[in-house]
Amino acid sequence: MASNTEAMRFRRPWSEQELLEQFIKGKTLALARVISLVENEAPGYRQLLSSLYHRTGKAKKIGITGSTGAGKSTIVDELAKLLVGRQQTVGIIAVDPTSPFTGGALLGDRIRMQDLGLHKDVFIRSMASRGSLGGLARATREVSVVLDAFGKDFILIESVGVGQVALDIAEVVDTTVVVLVPESGDSIQAMKAGLMEIADIFVINKADRDGADRMAVELQAVLDLGRRNNDWDYPVLKTEARHGHGVDLLLEHIDRQRDYLVRTGYLKKRKEELLRAEVRQLFSETVREKMERRLAGEGSLDEVIADILEGKLNPYLAVDQLLERVKGAEI
Amino acid sequence: MERKIRVLIAKPGLDGHDRGAKIVAGALRDAGMEVIYVGLRQTPEMIVESAIQEDVDVIGISILSGAHNTIFSRVMSLLKDQGAEGQILVCGGGIIPQEDREKLLAMGVSRMFGPGTATSEIVEFIRQSIGEGMGEAQET
Amino acid sequence: MADSPAEKEIAGEQQWREKAQAKASGDEDSFVTISGIPVDILHTPGSLPGFDYQRHLGFPGEFPYTRGIRHNMYRGRLWTMRQFAGFGSAADTNRRFKYLLDRGQTGLSTAFDMPTLMGYDSDHVFSQGEVGRCGVAIDSLEDMEILFDGIPLDKVSTSMTINAPAAILLALYIAVGEKQGVPSEKLRGTLQNDILKEYIAQKEWIFPPTPHMKLITDIMGFCAQHVPKWNTISISGYHIREAGSTAVQELAFTLADGFAYVQAGIDAGLDVDVFAPRLSFFFNAHMDFFEEIAKYRAARRIWARTMRGKYGAKNPLSWLMRFHTQTAGCSLTAQQPENNIVRTAFQALSAVLGGTQSLHTNSMDESLALPSEKAVQIALRTQQIIAHETGVVNAIDPLGGSYFVESLTNEMEAGAEEYFRKIEALGGVIAGIEKAFFQREIAAAASAYQKAVEQEKRVVVGVNRYEREDEEVEIELLRIDQQMEEDQKKKVRSLRARRDSRAVSKACKALREATGKDKNLIPPILEAVRAYATLGEICDVLREIYGEYREPPVF
Ligand SMILES: Nc1nc2c(ncn2[C@@H]2O[C@H](COP(=O)(O)OP(=O)(O)OP(=O)(O)O)[C@@H](O)[C@H]2O)c(=O)[nH]1
Ligand SMILES: [Mg+2]
Repeated sequence: MASNTEAMRFRRPWSEQELLEQFIKGKTLALARVISLVENEAPGYRQLLSSLYHRTGKAKKIGITGSTGAGKSTIVDELAKLLVGRQQTVGIIAVDPTSPFTGGALLGDRIRMQDLGLHKDVFIRSMASRGSLGGLARATREVSVVLDAFGKDFILIESVGVGQVALDIAEVVDTTVVVLVPESGDSIQAMKAGLMEIADIFVINKADRDGADRMAVELQAVLDLGRRNNDWDYPVLKTEARHGHGVDLLLEHIDRQRDYLVRTGYLKKRKEELLRAEVRQLFSETVREKMERRLAGEGSLDEVIADILEGKLNPYLAVDQLLERVKGAEI
Repeated sequence: MERKIRVLIAKPGLDGHDRGAKIVAGALRDAGMEVIYVGLRQTPEMIVESAIQEDVDVIGISILSGAHNTIFSRVMSLLKDQGAEGQILVCGGGIIPQEDREKLLAMGVSRMFGPGTATSEIVEFIRQSIGEGMGEAQET
Repeated sequence: MADSPAEKEIAGEQQWREKAQAKASGDEDSFVTISGIPVDILHTPGSLPGFDYQRHLGFPGEFPYTRGIRHNMYRGRLWTMRQFAGFGSAADTNRRFKYLLDRGQTGLSTAFDMPTLMGYDSDHVFSQGEVGRCGVAIDSLEDMEILFDGIPLDKVSTSMTINAPAAILLALYIAVGEKQGVPSEKLRGTLQNDILKEYIAQKEWIFPPTPHMKLITDIMGFCAQHVPKWNTISISGYHIREAGSTAVQELAFTLADGFAYVQAGIDAGLDVDVFAPRLSFFFNAHMDFFEEIAKYRAARRIWARTMRGKYGAKNPLSWLMRFHTQTAGCSLTAQQPENNIVRTAFQALSAVLGGTQSLHTNSMDESLALPSEKAVQIALRTQQIIAHETGVVNAIDPLGGSYFVESLTNEMEAGAEEYFRKIEALGGVIAGIEKAFFQREIAAAASAYQKAVEQEKRVVVGVNRYEREDEEVEIELLRIDQQMEEDQKKKVRSLRARRDSRAVSKACKALREATGKDKNLIPPILEAVRAYATLGEICDVLREIYGEYREPPVF
């Protein structure tokens, strides 16, 4: 279906050049369209990303994750308001789950971000997870790259609200904020391992409810026990995002964490790690796609399968044979 | 990656009658579409800005307050300002008198669904409008 | 939900059931109420295990009021036939009020336009195109004075369909009384003032639940002292049903809301037997005849038992549930609208057989537009025919003792109690709202109903069966005069220029300060309306302090 991406009656097909031009001029429509191409992995999307790549690298990326209804969108909304108050431009990616049964999705995060919808410096994009399980969509990272290239100073990514903390997000952002609510007390132990791995800052939202203080103390205790071997202090903050209380403090800690990353050189290291992972993934995906296309084209796969079925070959030898055939071929 | 039809559902006006909008949103989701639900009390400015940012194929507006002429003409003109005129299928639902219905179609609204419309009819209409387009454009 | 199998076996029942079963014609699933409750083919004494006349029914006018709240019911006085009105400017509605009063009506029922309901002045951007459209536009005391000009407030009772800004409308009414020299003790009327059902269903809220509840207990406390004849809340299931709930949900959620107000009043230190008699209810009359009748009967019984038991009320007036009913707007069809007359008639009959205190019958074209005069008249005549021609008013609760109706009444009650337990487990009504429990339950019921209609498991005449191929649905909408909106905007702007603005800002400041002090807010609101602060300005002060509510999205 991918080939039909731009081929709808209601969509004027844009040439790549036109699209890039409009994008560089800062046109929202072009940004939105580029995101769709990337999200749909439409033909040529990598080339598009490639021609935008030199514009990236400036954005600060912050991930907000936590269980369903914890207040992630409300926090993102409040953070964005503070950021535009500082004359920063903001891109928001809000991921909601795709229904595994119908393939459809209801994306409702914008409802919480109404005050921002019309702000000229804010761009909000809802994404469906489309079968991906780690709390983001497969293309979320690429979409954040597009927003970066567009010139957004800050990119806020809200993961799917899942029972457990979504782990993928830490591989996309510089700073991960995990949002909990006073009621999630019992699950701290259970989430311990995962949390420690990814969170940089903890927020206990809905601090207006009973149990927030106790929860903060308990969480701090758990953190003290399992302190990672570095000197970041993993702050535990309390917010009442519904009324904006405490979100300014959260932003201060986000800034502080960033300074820490820069000062210690961890940011560079982290970027390097992420880049390494990204290039590896891209490489293996690309190689695999190309190889598979070749194999499919030659019909060699069918041949070896038939041979295996007839008992002339086994799967291990078959792979050796296939490798032999594509060896030396131009990838 | 399969392309999904993306739809924005909005309910302008001050009243809170969103039963219809929600039923339609749910039905479109169940039909495999990605529905961006922005809900109650949306101004035309908010609707168009969201539609552009979300790069939707369809805007669905549920309107009961009687202000359909004002709302739709504003939506259509804002789409034009943004250079998105004719690129997004705009449809609506609500109680619309015949003469207004014609006015709205003349403005470029694709379809108005009256009370009692089956959701399957709406799904079908969207699929056909978007799907047909795919076929046409492939030939060129 | 159903009671366990019959305690006492009726001789021959088992054999009879086998015979009936043998003749069953297939689609047994279709014998369910409109809310999806399966209905047994036959009801016998076995359907009512443990039935005890005194405990379950009692006599009309006596605890637990299952059969009605008055000793003589409609023989003493018919229900009030109350059709609700309000449109355009205050002057337009004032003329309409006077016309109705001249014709002997003693109660006024006021509908407000959307901007007023949402706490915006007519010149606010959100008000565009909605001023005076579905009710009267009120911006300030000036409009309220015009609305009741020449109408002595000590002689009429006024019902106001207003929720989020109810406190302000009450203050405006009191202030008009003062101008007429009528002390607040003599004012009679009703505020809808039911914010919980707004979060649950109708969605016309302003602030988050907690401050809204505080405003409501302030109203209850203030009225108990200063406006003792005022009905402070009309706890409404109507809108819950219109949003697509089942009958059991309507019953359970409405009563749960009622109990939440009672608890809030008690928590605020008020005497339950002072404020509870001023609470009344408002239900929907939907299509499934017996289910509706059972609903009203169960509602009275649950209210009486809980008020006496759980809340320890001693005043019998706190136990008895008075209610208004309106036929179901959502059951009307745009197709073949004349059929709506018949639907409304059956619905109205169920409300009467269920013992309602007052009734609004919808006009056949109400689902489409503002009703025509002829349609309004037919709607009223429908009630009059029921009252004077059908003979149903002669005997009280004529269906009492029907095995079917009693068993359905029990089933409604059991269903409601199951919901009460769930709500309790969630932490109460407000917690349920914040967790979107009610919204989710209603959305599920609404979409199940929609599916049943689309799959033709449920027949809607003229819509999915017996359609007329050639039918063109003709709709005429009321064209609101654009000029009215412009005039109203000018009026509120000119008021702002004319009034003593120092007095206004002083009053607004006092209100702002009072919110921080946990004081009753009605006196400072009253001060503000006396100084001609507008509805929008007063709401803005409160918005600034309390914030605005946004609901969790639910499908
Ligand atoms: N009591 C309380 N409620 C809050 C607070 N912050 C947010 N909420 C409410 O919590 C609910 C969910 O908030 P969202 O921001 O939509 O939560 P979310 O984590 O984005 O939810 P999903 O995207 O659905 O997973 C809403 O009803 C908010 O109004 C708070 O500080 N206190
Ligand atoms: Mg969210």
